Amino acid sequence: MNAAEIARDVSARRVSAAEVTAATLARVQAVDGDVGAYLTLLGEIARSSAARVDERIAAGEHLALAGVPIALKDNMCLEGARTTCASKILEHWIAPYTATAVARLLEAGAIPIGKANCDEFAMGSSCENSALGVTRNPYDLARVPGGSSGGSAAAVAAGEAAIGLGSDTGGSIREPAAFCNLVGFKPTYGRVSRYGLIAFASSLDQIGPLARSVEDAALAYDIMAGYDPMDATSLDRPVERTADSLRADLAGLRVGIVREFDTKALGERSDALYREAYRDLERLGAELVDVSLPTADYGLATYYLIAPAECSSNLARFDGVRYGLRVEGADVRAMYDNTRAAGFGPEVKRRILIGTHALSSGYYDAYYVRAQKARTLIARDFERAFAQCDLIACPAASCPAFVFAAKSDPYSMYLMDYYTIPMSLAGLPALSVPCGWTVPEGGNLPLPIGLQLCAPLFGEKLLLGAAAAYERATNHALAHPAQIGTVPA
Amino acid sequence: MNRAWEPVIGIECHVELKTATKMFCGCRNEFGGEPNTKTCPVCLGMPGALPVPNAKAIEQIVRTGLAFGAEIPAFSKFDRKNYFYPDMPKDYQISQYDMPLTVGGIVKYWLEDGTMKQCRLTRIHLEEDTGKSTHAGSGDGRIAGSSYSLLDFNRAGVPLMECVSEPELHSARDAVAYLESLRRTLLALEVSDVKMEEGSLRCDANVSVRVAGTTELGTKSEIKNMNSFRSVERAIASEIARQIEVLDSGGRVVQETRGWDELHGVTHPMRSKEEAHDYRYFPDPDLVPLAIARNDVERWKEKLPTLPCERFERYTGEYGLSVNAAAQLIDNIPLARYFDEVVARSENPQQSSNFVLGELSRLANETGVAVGDSNVTVEHLAELVALVQSKRINSKIAKELLARMWEGGGSPNAIVEREGLAQTSDPSAVERFVDEVLAANAAVVADYKAGKTNVLGFLVGQVMKASRGKADPALANELVKKKLSS
Ligand SMILES: [Zn+2]
Repeated sequence: MNAAEIARDVSARRVSAAEVTAATLARVQAVDGDVGAYLTLLGEIARSSAARVDERIAAGEHLALAGVPIALKDNMCLEGARTTCASKILEHWIAPYTATAVARLLEAGAIPIGKANCDEFAMGSSCENSALGVTRNPYDLARVPGGSSGGSAAAVAAGEAAIGLGSDTGGSIREPAAFCNLVGFKPTYGRVSRYGLIAFASSLDQIGPLARSVEDAALAYDIMAGYDPMDATSLDRPVERTADSLRADLAGLRVGIVREFDTKALGERSDALYREAYRDLERLGAELVDVSLPTADYGLATYYLIAPAECSSNLARFDGVRYGLRVEGADVRAMYDNTRAAGFGPEVKRRILIGTHALSSGYYDAYYVRAQKARTLIARDFERAFAQCDLIACPAASCPAFVFAAKSDPYSMYLMDYYTIPMSLAGLPALSVPCGWTVPEGGNLPLPIGLQLCAPLFGEKLLLGAAAAYERATNHALAHPAQIGTVPA
Repeated sequence: MNRAWEPVIGIECHVELKTATKMFCGCRNEFGGEPNTKTCPVCLGMPGALPVPNAKAIEQIVRTGLAFGAEIPAFSKFDRKNYFYPDMPKDYQISQYDMPLTVGGIVKYWLEDGTMKQCRLTRIHLEEDTGKSTHAGSGDGRIAGSSYSLLDFNRAGVPLMECVSEPELHSARDAVAYLESLRRTLLALEVSDVKMEEGSLRCDANVSVRVAGTTELGTKSEIKNMNSFRSVERAIASEIARQIEVLDSGGRVVQETRGWDELHGVTHPMRSKEEAHDYRYFPDPDLVPLAIARNDVERWKEKLPTLPCERFERYTGEYGLSVNAAAQLIDNIPLARYFDEVVARSENPQQSSNFVLGELSRLANETGVAVGDSNVTVEHLAELVALVQSKRINSKIAKELLARMWEGGGSPNAIVEREGLAQTSDPSAVERFVDEVLAANAAVVADYKAGKTNVLGFLVGQVMKASRGKADPALANELVKKKLSS
């Protein structure tokens, strides 16, 4: 059941939030042994939240997300709940406060079902970098759900939540959405408060929803978006409601197809699916225009300097002194070393090393400063492109969900975010929407792939509106069910 | 042969700002309290917590810069200074690297003899303070040998001003005079308590020496652990002497950090520059660049209070007050303001300062009521100054009047009028008292005429007494003399 329908039914008291919560928890019991979406189940918190929502509904309150079960990526703080970042270093840490985005959803009646698995500190594209659990793709349990917000994606795809909260730094919402047949939406940088989101790369991290429909994503976005005095980088500008502005067609819109993103490289089947998607956009009334992002190819290199640089500093605080894991040593320096050696996984360590090096005296100008310049150039490319079009369409990921351990060298994993990183560097709003099915070589189950749509800064209303038109016209998401039981009514 | 050496000193100060809340969170900014009671997720560096800058702290730094005539760039930013330390919650400090809030400026200061000097500032920037470590289990509070440490984060995140001078001070005494002036200015700006003993002012000194008459800087050492102005002076003097001894004996000064040992009166090495950290500064991505609005700057500039050095120059120059009197006034800002208002009305700084620093300050000390809060308004004191200046009353009456004004007696003009206390300068009236006194003291008059002229004072005193203090003493003296010699 979609979030919008649940909210309508609970608001109309056709079903109670308590019943929805109980059904969702039962679904988790039934399937999460296979899927592994959650690291922590919030049974008690969920039930008491549901009771509170039912009271508020009974008292006549209108709640936009009444009774909607949600999955929280485990890098978001919820007071009193274990919040691990899927890392050993925070394995037993209980958050003492609640993230702003989460608090807004709960205030609007959402029910937190559990803390979802992710790549450790959101660093990865498959969830395989989690130190605390394995999450499987509900469409093929032999494959990854994508990452880093893989647990949130898997939870929604398997019916263990109606909306998943993810965070996207270089594609961490859009890629798992594509892998799990969902809509995954990363708003403009600064639209949703980062307060309480455990930072990976502060200048790139952005919270957004993963959902089974554009409408659901819009519903969650409308609640979360808007200025937060606790986040100095949150945008102090009005947010237009998007859920009421979903379009039926694309008449009058120019959609840019990026010359440099040749879909032939993705294989025959994916190439055909993307070409068909572009034609669908045209059929819906859009004019396709050829645009160029000449510096987009530098996105990956740029990203892998800026993000590790910020992460090397952001993750310094996990030192064993005040909270989290502590492994004793002869003195405080040894304690730091032992704690961080035992607490961080290999990918996190790799990025801390890269970032520390990029910021070091003598290398700072050559790496960090140049990466910032490249970032500016990439943003300018988008500005130029958006002078010719209203939206950009391109693939959301380089391939469909892959089998475990398929991308064991870091660089091939980094390439997964080739199409999503440039938008992140430019701070642009972008989403992935299901655009068809492909049976990969060596596989026997159809796997979803995602179309990425991207709008200029603050263009959320247009972006979600257009995605809704495409979704309504194509309905790719409904073509195949998840392989894991049936989604509860 | 010993060459003549010139010491070169630069001072780096860290000053805790007196804001209501901390630099990046809503916790109260207060000294002391139970450990870890003034903390929140932000100043504890909890995962996911984010800093939001305190606009008041930024204003205070900019106002301080303006007070020293610094340039206020239109844009500034915060950077992260990365290093691991247990009392630093995030293991980086939010500071400012290459775009400080204020650039340049000049601190004027004066020496005990009243000489004005000046030292240029390099920059003033804003950063956050760290927590405090207490090393336990060793008995002496040192980290060496301690078995555990306790951390108090009440101070973590308190806004800290870093004020860096150019190396332009040339003696320990100059350095202290510079610090005194800096402290007085920050007090006048009401941006800090500037208490070294509570740690709201901490300073390090960069000390080097060079051959007198040369311009190239010698190798410097950085002196830390100075806990009072007195120890700053002793530490710098001791370090200058040490470096000169090293150089005179053919050695070389090593660039290093040295700690001041108050007990033994010497500095000793702490760490050498080779072990210096690479702080890996980079712009803090949690904070957006700061645009400093020009109209704010103009508004703050207009509203700057009178600064200690302006007062000093006016008091000792235009007003002719002593260095001591000027400093006494400047170090009591409400009293200086009171004094300024009295002078604005009386136009007699000398007589005004006599009252303000003399009888009024004595009464204030005695009663515990500040002069400015007393019954003696600036208007009434200016009246009193005018009464003395015009010789309508003498100083003895003035003192009595002041005591009555302190008690709430009101306008001295009114009291003088009502009670006929005005000095009698009418020769015929005074003459009557003189005649009375001479007639009543025939024996003394005879003594005088016999050559014991020192009884004159006694006779004049009797005249003053007879007039109940109102007779013009000079006139009384003149008339007594005249009568006796006639
Ligand atoms: Zn705080």
